[in-house]
Amino acid sequence: MDPSSRPQSTDASEAAEPQLPAISYLNQTRGLKSWLITLDHKRIALMYLVLTLVGFLIGGILAMGVRIEHLTPDETIMGANTYNRTFTLHAVAMIFLFMIPAIPGIFGNFLLPLMLGAKDVAFPRLNLLSVYVYVAGAALLVTSMATGGVDTGWTFYAPYSLSTPAELFPALMGVFIIGFSSILTGLNFIVTIHTMRPRGMTWMRMPLFVWGSYATSVIQILATPVIGLTAFITGIERVFGFGFFDPAKGGDPILFQHMFWFYSHPAVYIMILPAMGVISETVAAFSRKNVFGYSMVAYSSLGIAFVGFFAWGHHLYLSGQSSMDAGAFGIVSMLVGVFTAIKVFNWIGTLYRGSISLKTPFLYVCGFLYFVVFGGMTGIVFSTVSLDVFWHDTLFVVAHFHYIMVGATLMGFLAALHYWFPKLFGRMYHEGWGMVSAAFIIVGLSTTFIPMFFLGNMGAPRRYYMYAADGQSLNVAATAGAVLTAMGFVTIAIYLIYAIKNGKVAGDNPWGASGLEWKTSSPPPTENFHTTPIVDEDPYTYRKKGEEAEHVVI
Amino acid sequence: MIAFLEELMRRLLWLPEQASTFAQNVDRLHYVMFIVTMVAAAVTGGVSLVLMFKYRERSKNVTTPIVHPSGKFEFVAISVPTVVFLAWFYIGFKDYLWMTTPPANATDVYVTGKKWMWHFAHPDGPNENAVLHVPANRPVRLLMTSRDVIHSFFVPDFRVKQDVVPGRYTELWFEATKVGRFPVRCTEFCGTWHSQMLAEVVVMAPADYDAWLAKQRQGGHSDRIDSSSSTGSSTEFRNDLVSYGKRVAEAHGCFKCHSTDGEQHIGPTWTDLYMRKTLLLTGETITAEEGYLTESMMDPYAKVVKGYQQVMPSYRGKLTAPEAAALVEFIKSLRTNRLDNLESKEPVYGPVQPSTIN
Repeated sequence: MDPSSRPQSTDASEAAEPQLPAISYLNQTRGLKSWLITLDHKRIALMYLVLTLVGFLIGGILAMGVRIEHLTPDETIMGANTYNRTFTLHAVAMIFLFMIPAIPGIFGNFLLPLMLGAKDVAFPRLNLLSVYVYVAGAALLVTSMATGGVDTGWTFYAPYSLSTPAELFPALMGVFIIGFSSILTGLNFIVTIHTMRPRGMTWMRMPLFVWGSYATSVIQILATPVIGLTAFITGIERVFGFGFFDPAKGGDPILFQHMFWFYSHPAVYIMILPAMGVISETVAAFSRKNVFGYSMVAYSSLGIAFVGFFAWGHHLYLSGQSSMDAGAFGIVSMLVGVFTAIKVFNWIGTLYRGSISLKTPFLYVCGFLYFVVFGGMTGIVFSTVSLDVFWHDTLFVVAHFHYIMVGATLMGFLAALHYWFPKLFGRMYHEGWGMVSAAFIIVGLSTTFIPMFFLGNMGAPRRYYMYAADGQSLNVAATAGAVLTAMGFVTIAIYLIYAIKNGKVAGDNPWGASGLEWKTSSPPPTENFHTTPIVDEDPYTYRKKGEEAEHVVI
Repeated sequence: MIAFLEELMRRLLWLPEQASTFAQNVDRLHYVMFIVTMVAAAVTGGVSLVLMFKYRERSKNVTTPIVHPSGKFEFVAISVPTVVFLAWFYIGFKDYLWMTTPPANATDVYVTGKKWMWHFAHPDGPNENAVLHVPANRPVRLLMTSRDVIHSFFVPDFRVKQDVVPGRYTELWFEATKVGRFPVRCTEFCGTWHSQMLAEVVVMAPADYDAWLAKQRQGGHSDRIDSSSSTGSSTEFRNDLVSYGKRVAEAHGCFKCHSTDGEQHIGPTWTDLYMRKTLLLTGETITAEEGYLTESMMDPYAKVVKGYQQVMPSYRGKLTAPEAAALVEFIKSLRTNRLDNLESKEPVYGPVQPSTIN
């Protein structure tokens, strides 16, 4: 069936009984092999969906292990060494297997060509390669960590990582390998955005998700080689006994920290910028409005990506770097807060004079704003340096970065998953269950991490197997929150898996959203569009053809 | 009034005591930022909720206006956060420079971290493990290094923290304002017992500290072990009790079976015995507190530790009450920082390679 021959409907209400297209990317070719060697960006996106969710599941189960262990101040279910390995693998799985690849790998891959009216990304083969590099790196990482007992924390700080008897070399090689997957994806996206925009789509007409992905890709290309190098030379230092970082051999352990955070701080923005892009899309779609201050939002993504490169030293305030360094890195870190504040103001401004429908993706937008505001403001207090001295490496930091990396990034991920679910599979999820599980997750995450802010204020350090008994009530509350969160995720898994086969058929554009990805069938055909789209209007245009726009300035 | 409000905030935020000159400055900035950010969050959230309600969907597919930010809006949105954030930074960074610049007249103490304990050396003596005695109201500078991996020295009540790095010295200074005992925690992950790398700072009135120091330097105690419970004016008495306890142990031949170096002998070692969770022959686990220690001297077979032969004689009538108390006090002094000795464990890791700096 030719989608272009069907009635051109952009809004759900106009479509009578929507039908699934007979042929789509999901069923054009069949068999396992057709999936394993596919070059279709949409199928690759679904492969990333499955793979990153496996990573998320591993990380999530281990997070529950940590929380259960902390029900009592002493040993609850595991010994000290097991605890140290558990939080290490939790962090590694969540960061390298889920947070970094998830939104670019799944939604970036699926949506970038659709949003740009293209048939595929610029380098489909590289795209497929990135999946297999990811699989190789992830498999090495998880198996070696599970069997080798890596207990260094995800930061692998030297010289501890050089002296621990854990089998660290394969895990470090896993980090090294998985980095290439990230680099390939970033490279692919940058070339795609530069070369494959349709006629009429100027830079300032690109959807903000594309802007976010662009900023992310720049970081992936420039910063990832440094973590790869760091992991590699730490690995060979362990094996061959070179003295890069070991002070006993004239090496410098602080150098390791500089190199590690040169990647790992911008990596935070690899995780959050795509989520911010998702939020820009969803807030516009569910307000039926243009994004307020479009260019400010777009440029602030680039701004975050840029200053994010020069903020790494705020992880080293107490490592013995100079006070001058601390000051410079503190000011730059404040600028990240300024750019984030600008984005928040503009998202809220988008609501003004909109027509807001409170659906599950929008509930996640609200959750995102909540987490990013509180996570951002606690970031501001760290940048004042004197307060950071007290909070550095306490549970306050843990709560802060979980608000941003888990709270905000996960809200972006879940908003994207629900907003584009009908585009991915052509069917709708159950709205009621969607709202309920969103509420569970937002309340659950808050209940988990608010107690940790207070524990940090009490002076409780992070990565503690045993803790002072006066922190027990707060720890129990945090564990209860984790249980709520887990319940939310189990519900989501159930209703989404059910909806893939049995959900109501969604139609091409169930949300009535603007954007090229909604102008093709759901799910799209393998070649995305039958006629190459031409863009003749700004993004987020919500008015009928020919209707005069009312302009308002506030 | 201000003091009352500050104290209220401190308790609301669950912050530890303010026991150094830094604490008040750090906390005041904390309170200001907390209040301002909470108000900002409330305004942001409130505005969002009002907009979401006011502009809720009333009918499908309505046409909405295109709203642009004015130059004024952009200017305010960018400049207000920038100015406020940088003002906070200025205040905080000034305090940070103060906190990282030790005054010239500071008293030095050398600190060595290693897995998993803290060692303190006062120039010209004495040396201490897990307990650091310092005077109140005088600046103290810690010169710190590590013998193995990176540790971090954190005293929550003083609001100070500094990484302790092998191969180099880092410094930290503070001026304690309250007499008392304040916990020290390691805040850089350092392996299996990272969470048990604990110590405490004992702040003494300056006169008491001088007396304590003089006493220590006289060489009155060959082993220089200090009671972990020594504070202020009672220091002298307690230290005497510990050394008295040691003399008692020598006189009664306790060391024939009990070691003080951590090695198990015919009887359990006394190092880390106090408050150890001990498994008994009956399968029961008890904590070796003062009551149990005294009972074991007087009635050794009432509660027998698993794995040891029943060879100890009763000391009922042989030890006077002050002697027994001194013995208990001596055993209590043989505590390192490990609070968790469930049983005597094999070391989990091999010995650490000695670094160039010792």
